[in-house]
Amino acid sequence: MTQENNIIEHSFERVHRRRKLIQHVIFIIFRLAALINCAGLFLVVSFIALKGYKAITWEFLTQPPIDSMTKGGILPCIIGTLCLGIGSIIVALPVGVASAIYLSEYARPGRLLKLIRLGISNLAGVPSVVFGLFGLAFFVIYLKMGESILAGVLTLASLTLPVIIGSTEEALKSVPDTYREASLALGATRWQTIYRVVLPAALPRTLTGAILGLSRAAGETAPIMFTAAVFFTPHLPASIFDKIMAMPYHIYVLATAGTDIEATRPLQYGTSLLLVAMVLGMNLVAIIWRSVLRKRMK
Amino acid sequence: MTNARQQTDKSVRFIFFVVALASTLILFMIMIFLFTEGMPIFKKVSVHQFIFGKYWYPTSSPPDFGIFALIAASISVTLVSAVISIPLGVMTAVYLAELAHKRTAEILKPIIELLAALPSVVIGFFGMVVVAPFLQNTFGIPTGLNLLNAALMLSFMSVPTICSLSEDAIYSVPIALKEGSLALGATHLETLIRVILPASISGISTAVILGMSRAIGETMVVLMVAGGAAMVPSSLFDPVRPMTSSIAAEMAEAPFRGDHYYALFATGIVLFLFTLLFNIIADRISHKYRQTGEASL
Repeated sequence: MTQENNIIEHSFERVHRRRKLIQHVIFIIFRLAALINCAGLFLVVSFIALKGYKAITWEFLTQPPIDSMTKGGILPCIIGTLCLGIGSIIVALPVGVASAIYLSEYARPGRLLKLIRLGISNLAGVPSVVFGLFGLAFFVIYLKMGESILAGVLTLASLTLPVIIGSTEEALKSVPDTYREASLALGATRWQTIYRVVLPAALPRTLTGAILGLSRAAGETAPIMFTAAVFFTPHLPASIFDKIMAMPYHIYVLATAGTDIEATRPLQYGTSLLLVAMVLGMNLVAIIWRSVLRKRMK
Repeated sequence: MTNARQQTDKSVRFIFFVVALASTLILFMIMIFLFTEGMPIFKKVSVHQFIFGKYWYPTSSPPDFGIFALIAASISVTLVSAVISIPLGVMTAVYLAELAHKRTAEILKPIIELLAALPSVVIGFFGMVVVAPFLQNTFGIPTGLNLLNAALMLSFMSVPTICSLSEDAIYSVPIALKEGSLALGATHLETLIRVILPASISGISTAVILGMSRAIGETMVVLMVAGGAAMVPSSLFDPVRPMTSSIAAEMAEAPFRGDHYYALFATGIVLFLFTLLFNIIADRISHKYRQTGEASL
């Protein structure tokens, strides 16, 4: 009897050990998958940094390109990218925040809400080059803005709108309902509650969303190709109806269609590094700020 | 006094409602303008000829406007990238939601977010200067700018989408299900495969579809590394010209409101319909099969 028991126990033990072993192997594969992602980011960033840091000099940051792009700096591109990024946030932030307020504070479930939600989720999925086509057809041609900062800003704003709405909604949701109830109980109207209580409490997280939107707009290329960006302009922009140079477009043009692709390699690496540093820097600020806010909430 | 306040409240509410319609309005305008600028090409070629036509020679005379090769390129690049990005994304999500220590996950998640934030033009540039020569030397092929390179770089871009949405789905599986399975003697892995993944499959499918939608709409990466030859690919190492890169590369040269210009907008319509379809399917899945507690399993 005990012998039988032993045999059963023994085989059970063996099966159990095999199951554990399989689990062990597969979990290692899962870990590897996560590692590959990190390695990918590390590889791209470190490669660009190693190749690009030599190009980044004072002259690079403060001079316009000279000698058909092979020398000089990228000042006009930096200014162009800042104009487009900041401009698109100035347009998209109020619209996005107001949309989010409606969705999270006012809207009641129903067909209309479904329609609005469908619009936002599908807008988020529209390819960037289609935004470019839209910007070209609507802002540049139909509204006669021409290829200009304004047309580029409005195109990029349409593209960042869903990002802003999403993050603002999350910010509003993170405000406890007791805040709202307390304010309403004191006799405030819904708008007074939103304006005086909910918005101030949600503001920091809304701003992290705005930073993410800004970084997204700054890194996009396809939407500005037909609406705002040019290969070269000797002047810095003077009005919102000027065409401009922008860093992402500059990288693309130098790397694929420049007059001398090899001679401009250092400039390509330098511009890439600066763009990556800007975009990832903004993201990092937003991520860290958000986690600080989360901890404070607890 | 009260009346005035309530009046303000009502008008404010109305204003917010109108502003909230902006996204939907923009989406409609995108459709309207794509169609008004794209439809004139169908006076010259039929829809069937346009979509199934094998030759894309928009600048020769007489021009050929058939985008079958471009569609085939977009689909093949997306599928190959999905083969890489789906396992990678889902496995990373499982690791983050189930296996990683809380501390590790807190560091890893921002890294995935940063990966998503990398500008596409930089990824394309990386593909040109690093991956292309590498592929060329390793496989001894004439050019490293090809389907495989584009798919590799694209999976870079869709992994973060797939990963973070899948992770949400896995994370939201009720803990009681997991505990029940473990209590019956299943190992962690068995619980994962038999209980947790089936319970979160709708969220994961949504994630996969949105990731693929992002890949098919991505422009700069394929423009820079896909090689640009408008032919139906027959191997992984063939250069291809997806719809997005065709639009981006040719729009600047196309004469304003000429046939080529119309054809590019029509290509935009096809691309837009593809992504719209992806998004609607994802939306349907996430609504219809949403896991709401243990009862619906």
